[in-house]
Amino acid sequence: MSEPAAKKEQYSVIGKSVPKVDAYDKATGRARYTGDLKVPNALVGKILRSPHAHARIISIDTSKAEQLPGVKAVITAKDVPSVMYGISPARYDENIFAVEKVLYVGDKVAAVAAVDEETAVKALNLIDVEYEVLPPVLDPFRAMDPDQPQLHEQYPRNISVEIHQNFGDVDKALADAYHVRTDTFSGTRAAHVPMEPHAALSKWEGGKLTITCSTQSPHYFQYHIARVFGLKMGDVRVLKSYVGGGFGGKLEPSGAEYVSAALAMKTGRPVKLVFDRWEVFVHHRGRHPQHITLTTGVTKEGKLLGCHARFIIDGGAYTSLGIASAYYAGAMLPLIYMFDHYRFDGFRVHTNLPSCGAQRGHGAPQPRFAFESQLDMIAKDLGMDSIDIRLVNARKPDTMTPNEFKVNSCAFTEAIQKARRISGWDEKKGKLASGKGIGIGCGGFISGNGYPIYRTRLPHAGAVIKVSEQGDIATLYTGAVDIGQGSDTVLAQMAAEAMGIDFEDIKLVTADTETTPHDFGAYASRQTLMSGWAVKEAGEEVRRQVLELAAEMLEANVEDMNVDRRVIYVKGSPEKSIPFERVANEFFITRGPLVGRGKYAPPKLGGSFKGAPVGTSPAYSFAAQISQVETDEETGQVMVTDVWDVHDCGQVINPTLLHAQVEGALFMGMGEAMYEAMVFDANGKPLNANLGDYRIPTALDVPQVVSDLVDSYEPAGPWGVKEVGEGATLPTMGSYANAIYDAIGIRIYDMPLTPEKVWRAIEQRKRQEREAAEKK
Amino acid sequence: MVTEAKPKTKRQIVTLTINGDEHVSLVKVNTTLLDLLREEFDYTGTKKGCELGDCGACTVLLDGEPVNSCLILAVEADGRSVTTIEGLEKNGKLDVVQEAFVNHGAIQCGYCSPGMILSSRALLNRNPSPTEREVRDAIAGNLCRCTGYVKIVEAVLAASAESKA
Repeated sequence: MSEPAAKKEQYSVIGKSVPKVDAYDKATGRARYTGDLKVPNALVGKILRSPHAHARIISIDTSKAEQLPGVKAVITAKDVPSVMYGISPARYDENIFAVEKVLYVGDKVAAVAAVDEETAVKALNLIDVEYEVLPPVLDPFRAMDPDQPQLHEQYPRNISVEIHQNFGDVDKALADAYHVRTDTFSGTRAAHVPMEPHAALSKWEGGKLTITCSTQSPHYFQYHIARVFGLKMGDVRVLKSYVGGGFGGKLEPSGAEYVSAALAMKTGRPVKLVFDRWEVFVHHRGRHPQHITLTTGVTKEGKLLGCHARFIIDGGAYTSLGIASAYYAGAMLPLIYMFDHYRFDGFRVHTNLPSCGAQRGHGAPQPRFAFESQLDMIAKDLGMDSIDIRLVNARKPDTMTPNEFKVNSCAFTEAIQKARRISGWDEKKGKLASGKGIGIGCGGFISGNGYPIYRTRLPHAGAVIKVSEQGDIATLYTGAVDIGQGSDTVLAQMAAEAMGIDFEDIKLVTADTETTPHDFGAYASRQTLMSGWAVKEAGEEVRRQVLELAAEMLEANVEDMNVDRRVIYVKGSPEKSIPFERVANEFFITRGPLVGRGKYAPPKLGGSFKGAPVGTSPAYSFAAQISQVETDEETGQVMVTDVWDVHDCGQVINPTLLHAQVEGALFMGMGEAMYEAMVFDANGKPLNANLGDYRIPTALDVPQVVSDLVDSYEPAGPWGVKEVGEGATLPTMGSYANAIYDAIGIRIYDMPLTPEKVWRAIEQRKRQEREAAEKK
Repeated sequence: MVTEAKPKTKRQIVTLTINGDEHVSLVKVNTTLLDLLREEFDYTGTKKGCELGDCGACTVLLDGEPVNSCLILAVEADGRSVTTIEGLEKNGKLDVVQEAFVNHGAIQCGYCSPGMILSSRALLNRNPSPTEREVRDAIAGNLCRCTGYVKIVEAVLAASAESKA
């Protein structure tokens, strides 16, 4: 389904690595993030958080704090609406401040607004909270036991969600299989770690709330904030300044907005509230630690017949986006390999630990690690090559998954073959020096979600393009949210391409509920495809109007007209031409504003079973990743030396930005595979909620990366695009685990693959080898 | 009624040169250089990421050396010279490192970029022809969550080559 190469040559703006529109501002320090903003008369907001994982609030005395000079407001649950919020409408279970109980270390209890940070922190220390400490639930395996304390009354046995999906006849498939394996794998509570902490600046003026915040979705924030405060959506304006990374953690309101808004309403002054790094960690909403048991059956030839996946998912204190995460965990498993029989049983449980939510690859990376690991084990059992078994099972274009996801373009086989070639797999596999290994892991992901988070008939994306009166520039208004990934740049390229003008001619107004058309925002890897469609349609409407007028001006037929890089001409008679700006200027003079509008709503997707919408998408990306590692048997240290990633992500709008997404995602996957896990003491208190003890990869850790592509064109995407940003996190963990196995013959079932774990496994193997030798 | 009758935090006059201009300020002695730059002088290109010296987002050059400005008190900087990211661009022309970051796709969310660029600038000042390993060493204290450092390292090496050309 790849588009002819000749056609690609015809594009003037897309397909080129133009620098990001915001790079100059970011390189010079001009870019102001929410915490950098200054407004007159503003106060500093700070949140008092629970020191206990599970406790009943007996009393809160704020009188001392209120009397501290410089303190302008102290608020608790009684001062704010009691409307519960959350992300999944069926499970709104959070309050702005804890009402009766705190459910994790870091739960919000009270807040102050003061003239400066120092005063605000002093005031927090003067708030007296009396707690009755309750035993915490910390073990997800025991959370469902009847003797365990209950976190939420409405969730008996601490079950946040229970999922059972069954497709085909798994029992029969497993019974018919030549070989069946059951293995259990575990992932960690990895965190997003955006470099910019969550922040919000709220203003309350004339009955209107304006919140500038670090967000991935002004629309969802507006929706939830209006709901909680009982305001019309039109009286809540949410916009962003620059956003310093999100990775899923800024898709839902963090509390910074609710609290700063409440403080602004109480004081009548603007309130800025910025999380410190500890707060970013305890607020969390990152990766769910999943415990995954897979029973998988194959034929003698390695063809997958069926799989039964069972999950226990630690959701932490609140629901957050966790319902979606839990469904994604199972829903994405049958995407990249073809098998007909699939069952998925999952429990997301509540514990008194930070709440888990959406993080890059939403729910899917840990199960993918499990499946990629097990597939390698199956290959070994059958005496097959790890790549051959993947080629036998790789999904084909124009197919349907057992859970009714329709796949259009799919160059997965080509991606695996290319990765095999460029990594030198056949020369290396089984032939590397002792301690060195090579492994493969694969992945695939949605290019936007088929259904929004709450039920609405709104289209998923809208765009408006307004050409200036002189016709020299065009402004793209889009609700799409650039959080660093580069959507502003990619959408500007698309707008220019659609109109036939230059990239430099595009100005942007984005991510503001008041000035830009609705868009659901930066999540589910959706914007290039979904926002892209809206932008394309808007640009084409401008183009059509301009060409119609140009045809009149040149006395030609409109069907014969074309525009490229600002020159409008008659096809076949290039001497009959007129500049874009002259026609656009004439348009304004004679007809009024030159505006194009576009929207995108996905077609109806997916089946009708419970949970069917999760994982539906107009298009899916695919990827194969091969990595090479070196291990030190003495220390257990693992070094990833090289990674080759080959992606099928449809047609590429900006190659530099695309490869940057792959590289960044890969490094995030590497962190989760090798180092990252939030850890807690026996009372549920976090032990490493800072960037010294929670280790993310540094510049010294990163392997040599080759990011490559296969030709692909997606019919459901504008100009054939698909996603890349999130899917690229999926193959990494499995690829590393398999490379480590190849290097030292040790299979590690639980992330992260720390030196200690590797060393202990090596020691155990040595001991077993010694004992075996002694027996002989 | 004031509940705490603690003495007010002591204040001290600090004189420092920021990006070539002399500034004088009366600061509380517990004010960090980071807060002084951001709150008093509005040099918000210096970012706040952790306030513990772990992330490097607040890196500035103090007498030419890269430091975490969150770990230095404003009073310690008295009489010294500070370069922030705002000071690298000269007469509307980007420093070669900034230029390379822009052109090599080394910037995504951009929050680490000022610190990363200043650490790289300091490296090239002391070692105009670093190896890749030396570049990685020089920016090891600047965390980035977006790029995997791939294009950042490329950009610094390109800036080094550009400076020699």
